[in-house]
Formats: sequence, C-alpha cells, structure tokens
Amino acid sequence: MSQIGVDQWVEQSDERRDRYSGWTAPARRAFDKLPTGWKLVGVLGAAAAFPLLVPQGEIRIGITVLLLAMLALGLNVVVGWAGLLDLGFVAFYGFGAYFYAIVASDQLPAHWPTWVAIPIIVAAAALLGALLSLPSRRLVGDYLAIMTLFFAQIFVELVRNFERLPFVSEDLDLTGGPNGIPGVEAWDLFGFQINSFKRHYYLLLILLVVLIAGLHNLNASRTGRAWRALREDTLAAEHMTTPVNKLKLLAFVVGAAIAGLAGSIFAAVQVGVFPNNFALPFLITIYAAVILGGSGSIAGVVLGAVAIGYIPELLRDPGKAGWLFYIGLAVMLVVTMKRWQPIAAVTIGLVVFGFVVRFVSSAIWDESIMGTANDTFISRFVDGWVLILGEQQDLITNYAFVVAIAGVLSVVVTRGWLRIATLIPTIYLAILVWENKLALQPSITRQLLFGAVLVVMMAIRPQGLLGTRRVEIT
Amino acid sequence: MSAILELSGLSKSFGGLTVIENLDLAVESTQGGQVSDVAIKQGEILSVIGPNGAGKTTLFNLISGIYRPDSGEIRMDGRSIVGRSPEEIANLGIARTFQTLRIFLNMTVKENVMAAAYGNTKTGLWQSIFRTPASRREEREISELAESKLAFFGERLMGYRWDQPAYSLSYANRRRLEIARAMATNPRLLMLDEPAAGMNPAETHEITELIGRLRDEVGYSILVIEHDMHVVEGISDRVIALDHGVKIAEGSFADVATDPQVIEAYLGYGAASKK
Repeated sequence: MSQIGVDQWVEQSDERRDRYSGWTAPARRAFDKLPTGWKLVGVLGAAAAFPLLVPQGEIRIGITVLLLAMLALGLNVVVGWAGLLDLGFVAFYGFGAYFYAIVASDQLPAHWPTWVAIPIIVAAAALLGALLSLPSRRLVGDYLAIMTLFFAQIFVELVRNFERLPFVSEDLDLTGGPNGIPGVEAWDLFGFQINSFKRHYYLLLILLVVLIAGLHNLNASRTGRAWRALREDTLAAEHMTTPVNKLKLLAFVVGAAIAGLAGSIFAAVQVGVFPNNFALPFLITIYAAVILGGSGSIAGVVLGAVAIGYIPELLRDPGKAGWLFYIGLAVMLVVTMKRWQPIAAVTIGLVVFGFVVRFVSSAIWDESIMGTANDTFISRFVDGWVLILGEQQDLITNYAFVVAIAGVLSVVVTRGWLRIATLIPTIYLAILVWENKLALQPSITRQLLFGAVLVVMMAIRPQGLLGTRRVEIT
Repeated sequence: MSAILELSGLSKSFGGLTVIENLDLAVESTQGGQVSDVAIKQGEILSVIGPNGAGKTTLFNLISGIYRPDSGEIRMDGRSIVGRSPEEIANLGIARTFQTLRIFLNMTVKENVMAAAYGNTKTGLWQSIFRTPASRREEREISELAESKLAFFGERLMGYRWDQPAYSLSYANRRRLEIARAMATNPRLLMLDEPAAGMNPAETHEITELIGRLRDEVGYSILVIEHDMHVVEGISDRVIALDHGVKIAEGSFADVATDPQVIEAYLGYGAASKK
C-alpha cells in the first residue's frame, strides 16, 4: 500500500465514500448518480399520484401526513435551526385552527371570506409567535421548554374553559368550550371550494412545495446561517455581530406562521375543532417527526412526518402489523447473531421446539382447549406449529408474556450456545403471545409496535433518518 | 496617533471579590481611514499579562460587553460604549476571540466565517426567501469575504477544508478559524484571548508572526492576552501587567518583564530581590 499524506487522504474521502459496501451498494450508487432534480420530480410525482391510486378513505391519511409535514417544517425552523426548545408550538397550530373555525362557522354572525381570513390568521399567529419569543430573550434550554410548555397548556385550558369572553357580550360563545366548534366551512378561494379530501390533499401539497422552496432558500441565506450560529453558541454569535434576540424572534415568528396556516387548513379538513386536537400528545407527535427525520434537515423532517404519520395507519390492519412483527423478529435475530450458523441453529431449533411443545401439550391436554388461529396470512401459516389457545388463553398468555420478558433479559446476559438455547424458547413465547393476544388487540399493539419501530430506528440512527450527526464537545 | 479604546477608572467586582480595580488603559490607533486600506499607518499591539486570576479575561468581557463595569468608563473613539450589548460593540468594530475556543462546531469552516458578516449585511427575510438578485449578490460578496479572510492563513484553511465541519479541524486550526471569524466582522480593534494557548513551539512561532501581520498588513489595533512570554516579547509594542485587577506595570516588554512588582506577582514575595 502506498503512503499518502493527510491532505490527500481527506481529499479522497468522498471517493472512498462512493465505494459503498454491502448488498445495498448498487442501489445506493445508482441513487447517487441521479440528478437532484430528477429525485425531486420523482418524489413530487409520487406524492401527486397518491390520491389517484388509493381509495378515497386513504387520502385522509395522506392529508394527515402532509399536515404533519408542514408542522414538522415549522417546528424545524425553531428547534432544528435556531436550537430553541419550543414546547408551545402546538398552540400556534391550535390558534390557527380555532381562529379559522371562529370566522368560518356560525360562532360569529359574520363569516369572513377565505382570502381575507387566511392572511390575517397567519399574521396573527406570527404575532403570537413574537410574543412567545419574549421569554427566549432570557431563558434557554430546559427553562425555555418549561416556559413554552406552560403556554401550550394554557391555550388548551383557555379554549376549553373560556367559551365566553369576560366583559364582552354574555351570549357570545367564542370557542365552544369542551364541545369545540362543529360545522366549519371549507376554504373558498374565489369561488373554488376546497371541499373534498382530494382537493385538500392537493392544496396542502402545493403549499408544502412552496414552503419547502422558501425554507430551502432561507436556510442557505444569512438568516439561516445566523440561526445555526445561534444554535451552536449564542454568546459567540452575539460577539460576531448577530442580533440574537431579533433572530430568536424571527425563528418563533416563522414557525408560528407556518403552524397557524396548517391549523386553518386542519380546521377545514376536520370540519370542526376540538380542544383535544391540540393537546400535548400531538405536540409530541410533531417532535417525533422532526427528531426521527433528522432535526435540521428539510428532506429529513418531511420523511419523518411521512413515517410518523403513515406507520400507525399501516398498523391498523392486523395482517400488516403481523408482517412487521415477524420481520422485526427476523431482523433482530440477524443483527444480534450476525453469522449464519447460529441463525440457522436458532431457526431449526425454533421449528423443532414448536412441534415438540405442540406434541407434548396435545398429549397432556384435551384438544378442546385449543382455539382457532387469526384470519391473516401469517397466522394461518404458523397455525399447527404454535399453540393457539382457546380456554384459559388469558392466564397462559399472561404467564408466557412475563416469561418471554425474562427470556429477553437472559438473552442479553448469556453468550454462545447458552444464548442460542435461551433464544429459542424466548422467540417461541413471543410468537405465542403475539398470535394469542397482541394480534387480537390492534389498538394497543399498534402503539406498542410503533414505539418499538421508533426505538429501533433511533438506535440505528441517533441523528435521525436524514440528519447529520452533531458534535457537542470535542 | 490617538486612542481607539480608552478605559478610565474601570472597576468590576463579583460579590466581595474585586476583579478589576480602577484600571486606566488606552489602545492607540491612527484615526480615520479604512481598516481594509493597507496603506494606513498601523495600529499598535498591546499585550496584557498577569498570573491566573489577575482579571485579564474579565477585562476582555467588560470591553466586549458581556459584563457591565461597576464604575468607570470605556470609550471607543472617544464615545462611551458602557452598557451596550456585545452585538452593538462588535458592530462598532471590536472583535474578539475566546480563551476557551467558541467556534460554531457543527457549521462548515467557511460558514463559520460567513456567519460573522451578519452585521455588515442587510438582506431581509423576504429577500432571502425569494432569493432576489440583490440577496444573491450579497451572498456572493459574503462568500468572497470569507474566502479572503481564510486565505490570510495560507493553505491551512483553504480548499476542501471550506466545506468541512469545523469540529473536524485540529486545535491550532480552530484557533486560526476563530481569528478569521473575528476578522470577518470588519473590526478595527482585535482582542485575542491567549491565541497561542495549547500550541506547540512551531505553531506558537507562526501565531507570533501572524499577529504581527494582522497589524502590519491589515492595520488592526490589537489587544492580546498571552501567557507565553516569547510571544509577548515578539509582538508587543507595549505591555501592561495586571495582578488582582490592578495595573502593576506598563511599558515596553523589557521594562515590564524586569519590573520587581511583576516578578513578585508571578513568583511570590521576595523573588525580585533574590534575583
């Protein structure tokens, strides 16, 4: 091997990175060769074709995803770029939604035309953002987070309890209290009604494309640079002529305006607004999209929103959830074992173990306690191998669940053949619990699986799917 | 020559501890003229020395606006800058580096320098969003400014390094980058807080030359804190020595280095007489 200097080595680093290894290498090389424009057109084309390819009901999922993407982009400005931990973000979304609902429903006698309402709502949300940026002049990090969280809580409490403004008219009901505001009208853009799922989808898609273009430019500008400097080291940024308070304000304002716009669309899509739409769980959803996708990256947070918005919907179907469960098991097995010999040993052992258990149990138990398998492809496939319990199902699966967890723990501490020996019954029990219990309760399992997917994704890429790794101290 | 920076009767204490006491100081510079204009007469290099805890960094923090003095006056070009924010002071033309490096680690090398041009540029939010021709022109200017500042350090911060994250730089290069970043604010007074700290002898020698070039070629007035007496000897037009916040000596390096009070401050009571 010939010797090269450091500089040369660094210069060639891109070239080395191009030489991908592993079985995904050809696909990654091919993807790299595509011009960025083509990739954009591809993604955009797929997004535009989506409502034409899926049934009407699924377009609703697309709308959810696009709304989440819009919110994630807004939050990314504040958190990903400016580095301000803003937990009050969801309140701007709620503010936009409630504002639109009030001026486009029977809450007020006057109904505002959409083209008047939307700019005013966005401007008002921006103003509220400016207001919330005031504490950030003095507070950073955790302290700012607590302060803004308080703001988010207060918003929900206000709309829930303050249906009547004090000192105004007694019979003026503004927010509808806990019942929210039903019957919100659709957007009406100069006679064109945005009143179907499909139209909402395309409205959102167009707005999102414009938003992404604008944010992309902003990120590359002096403002974007100053935000990043602020995030990296506020004191140093201030010494380098950056007006930090003005930039914090700008970040809050831009984020809030985007959230306000998204809110006004959401109110029209849902044909109503309710306090719980804007409570903390949804804030965490937006954060999850930003963090999973890669805080700071535009493409990342959009991808994060797609993943966070779409995976739970995917898991509503027990068949698909089953696939995810089994594929997840297989991936974990491959990742932890690495070499093919132990993997083969575990697989063969597992099959044998299953039939032995079945044989023994049929010898000591009456067949009548057996139940029937779930009606999905995989369940039918494993039926006859894994025990499907009828009577006493709850009791036995509960025990199996506890033992399976104990098994997982012992897998962690054991090595070599002992580990393989522990893995076999553990996996078996996991499948048993899944087929007998979890697969029958998709509403709970959905959340569990979703959580597991997030944990695995974040463990593999802590910086998020498309994020860049950040160094804190070196 | 007239004073670009003047401190008079400056005091600062934290709780009961007086860190700076009744300090007078002036940094000389030629008045008027553009800093970028190499033809103007040079400013001066004033070194601040003193043992640990003497108040050197506090002095920098007072000048750059992190702290507000308890009493006394800080004047730049004869105008008081007491009570102004660090950002305003930086815009007036005082740039600094930090003893503990504070570069923007997760930004690229070039971005680090470009970020310091914020105060001298004016593209607004909407212009940035729509990428107007004016904004693109200004962006090009910022880019060229950054490149010219980085070029000041020879090949070390050039080429492929521009697009690398700053955390990938070596310690010495980070120090250079911090100076380049300070230069991009277009200052007239440069305050360097221990620029040679943690450097090996060759790098220290290089930094000494570099500080001289900053004065001779660019024309900055420079206030520098340094512990390495070779550097101080090599660069200083004038030296002041602090101990417990009090100025104990002022003058040429030779005068200050042999001052009994200074030797006492560094080596303890009686050290001067034994010599």
